[in-house]
Amino acid sequence: MKPADQVELTEAELKEEITRILTANNPHAPQNIVRYSFKERSYKPTSAVDQMAVHFVLEGSLLYQDSEDSRRLKDKEDLPEESATVDTKAESDEEKTGSPATPVEEGEAEEAREEDRPDSAASKTDKKEPKVTNQFNFSERASQTLNNPLRERCCQTEPPPRSNFSATANQWEIYDAYLEELQKQEKNKEKQKAAPSKKDNDKSKKKMMLTETQSDDISKVGKASKIFERMVSQNTFDDVAQDFQYFEDASDEFRDQEGTLLPLWKFQYDKAKRLSVTALCWNNKYQDLFAVAMGSYDFSKQSRGMLVFYSLKNSAFPEYIYPTSSGILCLDIHKQHSYLVAVGFYDGCVAVFNLKEEGQEPLYKSTAKTGKHTDPVWQVRWQSDDMDNNHNFCSVASDGRVVSWTLVKNELVFTDIIRLSVNGAISEGPESSPAPSSACGTSFDFHKQIDYLFLVGTEEGKIYKCSKTYSSQFLGTYEAHSMAVDAVKWNHFHPKVFISCSSDWTVKIWDRSISNPMFTFDLNSAVGDVAWSPYSSTVFAAVTTDGRVYVFDLSINKYEAICQQTVVAKKKTKLTHIEFNPIYPIIIVGDDRGYVISFKLSPNLRKKPKGKKGQDVPKGPEVEIAKMEKLLSLLREPEQGTV
Amino acid sequence: MDEVEETLKRIESHKGVIGTIVVNAEGIPIRTTLDNSTTAQYAGHLRHLAMMARSTVRDVDPQNDLTFLRIRSKKHEIMVAPESNFLLIVIQNPCE
Repeated sequence: MKPADQVELTEAELKEEITRILTANNPHAPQNIVRYSFKERSYKPTSAVDQMAVHFVLEGSLLYQDSEDSRRLKDKEDLPEESATVDTKAESDEEKTGSPATPVEEGEAEEAREEDRPDSAASKTDKKEPKVTNQFNFSERASQTLNNPLRERCCQTEPPPRSNFSATANQWEIYDAYLEELQKQEKNKEKQKAAPSKKDNDKSKKKMMLTETQSDDISKVGKASKIFERMVSQNTFDDVAQDFQYFEDASDEFRDQEGTLLPLWKFQYDKAKRLSVTALCWNNKYQDLFAVAMGSYDFSKQSRGMLVFYSLKNSAFPEYIYPTSSGILCLDIHKQHSYLVAVGFYDGCVAVFNLKEEGQEPLYKSTAKTGKHTDPVWQVRWQSDDMDNNHNFCSVASDGRVVSWTLVKNELVFTDIIRLSVNGAISEGPESSPAPSSACGTSFDFHKQIDYLFLVGTEEGKIYKCSKTYSSQFLGTYEAHSMAVDAVKWNHFHPKVFISCSSDWTVKIWDRSISNPMFTFDLNSAVGDVAWSPYSSTVFAAVTTDGRVYVFDLSINKYEAICQQTVVAKKKTKLTHIEFNPIYPIIIVGDDRGYVISFKLSPNLRKKPKGKKGQDVPKGPEVEIAKMEKLLSLLREPEQGTV
Repeated sequence: MDEVEETLKRIESHKGVIGTIVVNAEGIPIRTTLDNSTTAQYAGHLRHLAMMARSTVRDVDPQNDLTFLRIRSKKHEIMVAPESNFLLIVIQNPCE
């Protein structure tokens, strides 16, 4: 009987004796337990392995008589006899049932009693040990109540709005907070004082404030953008600005007495390209601001004009622009109120502009009714306020009238100061005056110190000395030039000296008490304008139509210019006007193409008289007067000698 | 309003000016001539710098206040003007 898969063994293998040894080793016990030793940080084999194999376990309930447990049991058997003394019904019943049973059978009855008595026994006998619960007849008296189904009810409120707040406490924040507090307090005080009357104002102000804060306007950066334009300009023309401030031509030392003009900024305005510069004037209060009047000297082509203000700080674009319908021929800025500008037009009107106002219209303008000139106005000059504290200015025009205009409230009131008349001379030329009896005034200037004294230059070449108080007669006449007198100017320092220039190529310097000129200079070309310098009584500059600027210093050289410089392309542009800056050593020159160029005067042109060593150099107008006087006296003596 | 626009246009067309940016009170550029990413960069950084500079000036003397901030670098000059919570920035290449 072999199973199918029994191993087939050979005879030899069948007879082989295989010894089987009975050892006490547990074959299932592992022989190579290794434990990790933290001390040696490696695995170490344990030496002895437990070989015990447990096959069967049964726990018994027999107790040894002398052991602890049996003693305890015996003590418990003694209990029922003691508790008979207690007087509770339940217990007595139990005891009665229990007491006859005890002698019969200890085992079962004991157990029954023990079951009923665990609590009472435990509570009554303090001395005896607590009873151990019955292991056999133990029933748990637990009961499960009905558990209500749990329901979750929650509600979520909206989280309170949160915002992050952070701030720094700097010195200035504290300062600002205090200032605000102060202002609030002051406002409260004011409100209390003027409560009823100011209510409406406050309301309207509040409305204004609200609208301002809401708008996202670019106009808020208005101020900054203006200054930025200047900054950008300064960056671009950085070298010019540096030259203006600091450059002093050192080579003047080697040039004997000659000087040069260093070109600085060039000012031009796109819309004024076709116009020529007809007048220049520096502003007294803001010495970097100057006004340029634009118009046309071409009498056949007359078009519009422009009044433009430039600042040296921004050569790219004008500060103020006022376009006008007629060409402007002259302008003057008030000495004290430098926002008032008087201009004279080609069509004979005069107007006053107020720079403080927003509009482009003049504040006042004369019309045909209010006595405007019938011919071009060649010169205007502000006068000192009259007795009623009204501002007034004078104008001279080709119609031969010198008119004084007073700004009374909203209008211009005119008064004829003088009517120029020609005494027997025949006026010729294309610009002849309409009425043969009146001469055409082309320029005038008021004396610096003597208020009523003024000079008028005419088209015929004569200069009349006049007084505001005499309206029909002249105080004196000077046969000055053979052609129209383009400019006549009093010296800033010497009260008797004045200068005149004309299209007859000459510049003449006069002493008002002498009818012949003190000095005469021939400049080879029609002289457009001449100007005294504000820093010296003997320095003056002139511009000619061939594009040259001449600077003379009579104390250095009485016959020639110490500087002759061509500043524009010859034959193309003519220079029309020149002005010295009141404080800076620069001059501005206007030409007939609408450009204004500024130049810096080199040191030789600005020489002050040198004092002897050890003496203080005297300064002030007295020195200047003395300088001039010295020159004049040299000239006068030979004259007086000959005459 | 127009005047300011014209002034800004003139600045932008001035020689050497690379760009202008106007930033409003919330830090958003409202007008710029540069591309968006560059504008955002300039606006963000310069805002902080201007605030810091202002804080510095005022901390030393609370009655003082910052008017302009000019940063000259190798390549250009950045001019910043903080005004009434707005910020005006002009970047120019000064011709030297």
